[in-house]
Amino acid sequence: MSKSKITNEQLLSELQAKFGDAILQSSQPYGMLNVYVPADRTHEVVEFLQKSETLKMNYLTNIAGIHYPEDKGKELVVVYQLHSLVNNIRMRVKATLPIEKPEVQTITDLYSGANWMERETYDFFGIIFKGHPNLKKILNMEEQDYFPMRKEYPLEDPTREDKDNRFFGR
Amino acid sequence: MGKVNVTVETESGVPTYSYAGGGFKLTKLDKIIGAARANSLWPLPFATSCCGIAYMATMGPNYDLARFGMERMSFSPRQADLLIVAGTIAKKLVPVLRQVYEQMAEPKWVLSVGACASSGGFFDTYSVLQGIDRVIPVDVYVPGCPPRPEQILDGVMNIQKLAKSESLRRRYSEEYKHLLSKYNIENDINEQK
Repeated sequence: MSKSKITNEQLLSELQAKFGDAILQSSQPYGMLNVYVPADRTHEVVEFLQKSETLKMNYLTNIAGIHYPEDKGKELVVVYQLHSLVNNIRMRVKATLPIEKPEVQTITDLYSGANWMERETYDFFGIIFKGHPNLKKILNMEEQDYFPMRKEYPLEDPTREDKDNRFFGR
Repeated sequence: MGKVNVTVETESGVPTYSYAGGGFKLTKLDKIIGAARANSLWPLPFATSCCGIAYMATMGPNYDLARFGMERMSFSPRQADLLIVAGTIAKKLVPVLRQVYEQMAEPKWVLSVGACASSGGFFDTYSVLQGIDRVIPVDVYVPGCPPRPEQILDGVMNIQKLAKSESLRRRYSEEYKHLLSKYNIENDINEQK
């Protein structure tokens, strides 16, 4: 991998200088900086990363959801993957959400590409992006009345009859 | 062809027989229409994934589906006789598949190509239809993941057998009406009668 123009440490120190205690947690798995921020400040943080003259996180790679059913009060996690094409560095911004009220502010005003990504995350995890212009299902069929990537739902099609669990090791 | 024997004297003096004239054939209307249908099926390829690639190979010059009177792929369901469903059908695609089937005129046949179209295959998951026979009636299933072009040809030949032997009354029969009603498909061929 070619060299980045700024380091993870620089990224983190700029974020901490700007947001202080709002950077709840940070880690660097596989050399990529991850930071946790409060759910109500994701928009602020992402906007700062995008608009900052030094960081220039100008590309939103992906928005993802995660479900940790055991973590009470912060079952759902929303993950923003940002990429600075100028500085050749990537990072993740994460926020935990309670499953009863999984709401976070939309970032469609910052990145147009967030539109479909937020719809997809809503479709699979039920995370509500407040202020999204058209928050409805995008990939699953419209009749689907649950969020299939949440872990309480089985991955398999429940109507399949020809599979005998004895022959499939479950 | 009926034999019209004409005796011809040859130089050796031995009479030989030749065949000449229009001749005639006794057959049943069912059979002759069945033969015509079977040898001019217009397939509608509904190819969604890798089985579609195997199907494209079947259409190409090596395997040459055109030998079976299928020179022309009909991408309009209204002129198609044979719906070839090749590939995984996601649940979101079900209304489309049904609409395509309903738009086809009678008589129509359905060939389900590959494990996914026949049973969902290994996509045992919330988003994939577990076999197209849950939403439309299927005449012939072709196993395989994906099937070899030879297998698809075999499936097509089985459809031809069905078309050849099908009674002209079948599509008007109570049994056929019952079959379609199980799938909640309107059978207007009966209403016109």
